[in-house]
Amino acid sequence: MQPEADPGFAAAFAPGLLDPAREVPSAVAGLNGKPAGRRYDVYRNNVTVSLVDALAAIYPAVQRITGTDFFRAMARVHVRSTPPTSPLLFDYGRNFPDFVETYQHARDLPWLGDVARIERAWLDAYHAADAPPLSPAQLSAIAPDQLSHLVFLPHPAAQIVLSQYSAVTIFAANRDSAPAARIDASAPEDALITRPGFDVAVRHLPPGGAVFAAYLMCGQTLGAAAANAFFASAEFDIAANIAGLIDAGAFTSIAFGDAE
Amino acid sequence: MIKAIKPATVPLRFSLPIGGVAGTSFKPEHLAAMLEAGPQAGFFEVHAENYMGAGGPPHRALETIRRDHPLSLHGVCMSIGGPQPLDKAHLARFRSLVARYQPALVSEHLAWSTHETSFFNDLLPLPYTEATLACVCDHIEQVQEAIRRPLLLENPSTYVTFRESAMSETDFIRAVVARTGCGLLLDINNVFVSATNHGFSALDYLADFPLGHVGEIHLAGHAEQTDDDGNLLLIDSHDGPVADAVWKLFEIIVTRRGPVPTLIEWDSNIPDWPVLREEAAAAQNILDRCKPAASAEDRRAA
Repeated sequence: MQPEADPGFAAAFAPGLLDPAREVPSAVAGLNGKPAGRRYDVYRNNVTVSLVDALAAIYPAVQRITGTDFFRAMARVHVRSTPPTSPLLFDYGRNFPDFVETYQHARDLPWLGDVARIERAWLDAYHAADAPPLSPAQLSAIAPDQLSHLVFLPHPAAQIVLSQYSAVTIFAANRDSAPAARIDASAPEDALITRPGFDVAVRHLPPGGAVFAAYLMCGQTLGAAAANAFFASAEFDIAANIAGLIDAGAFTSIAFGDAE
Repeated sequence: MIKAIKPATVPLRFSLPIGGVAGTSFKPEHLAAMLEAGPQAGFFEVHAENYMGAGGPPHRALETIRRDHPLSLHGVCMSIGGPQPLDKAHLARFRSLVARYQPALVSEHLAWSTHETSFFNDLLPLPYTEATLACVCDHIEQVQEAIRRPLLLENPSTYVTFRESAMSETDFIRAVVARTGCGLLLDINNVFVSATNHGFSALDYLADFPLGHVGEIHLAGHAEQTDDDGNLLLIDSHDGPVADAVWKLFEIIVTRRGPVPTLIEWDSNIPDWPVLREEAAAAQNILDRCKPAASAEDRRAA
């Protein structure tokens, strides 16, 4: 049996859900055939409020920084212009950090987009596949002259967020209910987000660390990653960085890459 | 990246079907209090979409819960009532969850939530016509084929009606059951909400409802608003205790149908675990009290 559903009812019902300027569809009615009016508005309200709630759940630090009313007004604009395309709401809001950066009322908070990027990465780490992290013993079993050829398999939860602002400090200060101290927002902070077990961790990467981690996580050898990290920052400390990444649970295993 | 789901590693410690037990929505914020209280008699229901991530704490919590309790997997976003084809990726995820957690109950809604590429995160209404009936039946057959078991379809709560509807909701639902062999999830609060909103009798609706196919009952709280003419408009808000009128309808249904797994839904303004547990205890009390009247029907069904 091949159904021949008339798609008209959904096409008539859907467009007004996120567009308050649209008329209530005449295809639906209230009591005794009267226009649906506020009854249709119940659906408009359910859709908008639930999607704003979804963004508030993904971006609690952004909401804490801006205040609830500001956040909900900002989120409503985003929900109406960029509704979710997947039924998985924990996947929603990937364009929200970019939107926050261009939202004219948030121009005084230039670091807000980066805080949002860390929160988005936090939730991705939370839902990422489980995997045991690489143990330091596996690395210490490698002969020193072989180290530069090593490649590292990234942990499914591991991500990097770059920031020209103190995004990690601002994020950390606004993810709990403790009163936030005054923060100098101008110190660049790159974030490493991991979840080696069941708790998501957000760390501030040291100088050159983001370049180093990014090269390793896209499959470059330790030698290539270190060279690029030194190029990015003269302060780069390879021993501290590799130990820090392993301790954070950024990788699951090691292998030999190029055979030079 | 979705990998093939491993079969459940935890043995089932409960027998199926689960019979006339009361359950509650599972809320992660209750997990610690629940574990401290030890295994309960009831079952727990989860929204399938919240467990469609690859890993992490949600799956750990669900594995913990299912060790000692039957699960009910309640899909919210399949858009069975929509005119467009089912989302194949979403159907595959749903199937994977059923395979992994072996829930005692699996349900979805007579509603839609996606149009073209937009997901609206609400249970939207549909007209009841021959065309929508054919489409809904086709979608349910696809789901049942994917999960290899009958689906329980939930009756909606609605705030509007479609002018093009050509049959009653109960006629529509009876036809769906006859054509697809699906079971039903009777949400008594939804019946009460829709009856109030559209000015029909909840008891008449329930008299028309194919109770013999009901495999689960939902009870929930609702909120009150008014429409443009000042008529009472009930909102299916799931944010408070079950209303007295809904308890009364529940008693009538249990007396008529016999005990059925019954869920207390509470999805916002979520109370502490003991409050939710007390609501479930009240439902269990009715299920137990009405048992003798239903035993004859049970034997017939068996």
